[in-house]
Amino acid sequence: MNPRSFLVRGLLVGLVAGLLAFAVAFVVGEPHVERAIELEESAAAPAEPASDGHSHSHSDDEATAGHSHGDEAGGTSRETQRTWGLLTATVAVGVALGGLVGLVSAAAAGRLGRLSLRGSTLVVAGAGFVATALVPWLKYPPNPPAVGSGETIGSRTALYFGLLALSVLAAWAAVLLARRVAAGRGAFDGVLAGVAAYVVAMMLVTALMPAVDELGDFPASTLWAFRLASLLTLATTWAVIGLGLAWSLGRVQREAQEQAARRELAASL
Amino acid sequence: MSSSHAATPATALPGALPGEVPSIPLRRLAPWALFLGLAALLVLFFVSADQGAVSIPAGTAIHEFVHDGRHLLGFPCH
Repeated sequence: MNPRSFLVRGLLVGLVAGLLAFAVAFVVGEPHVERAIELEESAAAPAEPASDGHSHSHSDDEATAGHSHGDEAGGTSRETQRTWGLLTATVAVGVALGGLVGLVSAAAAGRLGRLSLRGSTLVVAGAGFVATALVPWLKYPPNPPAVGSGETIGSRTALYFGLLALSVLAAWAAVLLARRVAAGRGAFDGVLAGVAAYVVAMMLVTALMPAVDELGDFPASTLWAFRLASLLTLATTWAVIGLGLAWSLGRVQREAQEQAARRELAASL
Repeated sequence: MSSSHAATPATALPGALPGEVPSIPLRRLAPWALFLGLAALLVLFFVSADQGAVSIPAGTAIHEFVHDGRHLLGFPCH
């Protein structure tokens, strides 16, 4: 059992998680991204001088594609954005998160009460999902294209990552608290104290942080479908990393136990 | 990553109790955690935030390329 065995497995399951997250995002999420861009274009169309008559096409293979950010022409086509671009993003995030979860699991191994290697790894991935994906999703839910003003991207980015940092800090503090309480009063009280501390802390933080509402009259059903698809993409990433890493650590756990048993035997002789 | 709690005597000693999971000394984890932590943050920065609020390098090529992933992975986007 060494850092390498965790890191290699984390990176590999992260790669798989990224590929599966792409499949989910492409199948479940992309239709709503396309719909949002159609709405954005049809809203912007009357204001723009029509250069090529009245053919406001919705085709995906247009070279200079619909959802630009008002920059120079020759950007990335929609077709590239929804395939290779999306794949690159999910795989990059999957591998990075997989590596991080691998190393945090290596640090957590044997340090979370009497949890097995697999148990502590699942706790790390579960806490990671709640702290870095679910809570930010609840407070600052993701928006499809056409929602959100370009002028507020700075403050919205700062708020999002500020909340993310506070959430990770709170989760870490909650785990330390849970360990301390569990050492004196048992595992159930420990888990209860940790979960309660995190929930109360994040209720305070999210109540105090400003809300962001730039929806305008964007259709609610498309918005809801997009946000659910986004949550499903994040859940896929974290579930595959957590379950995959726990599964792949089976051999490491057996070897660690056998080694411990041998030491035990040697010490008793 | 976690550094302050190396002292749980029962589990910190490898194989101290039968059936217990041994732990890795944090000192051995530190260089891996530092390097991979920095590399992972860099990757996450480019996918999540670059050329939105901050631009390194200037332009929108990275933003455009990972655009759909940025939206669907829940990051704030334009």
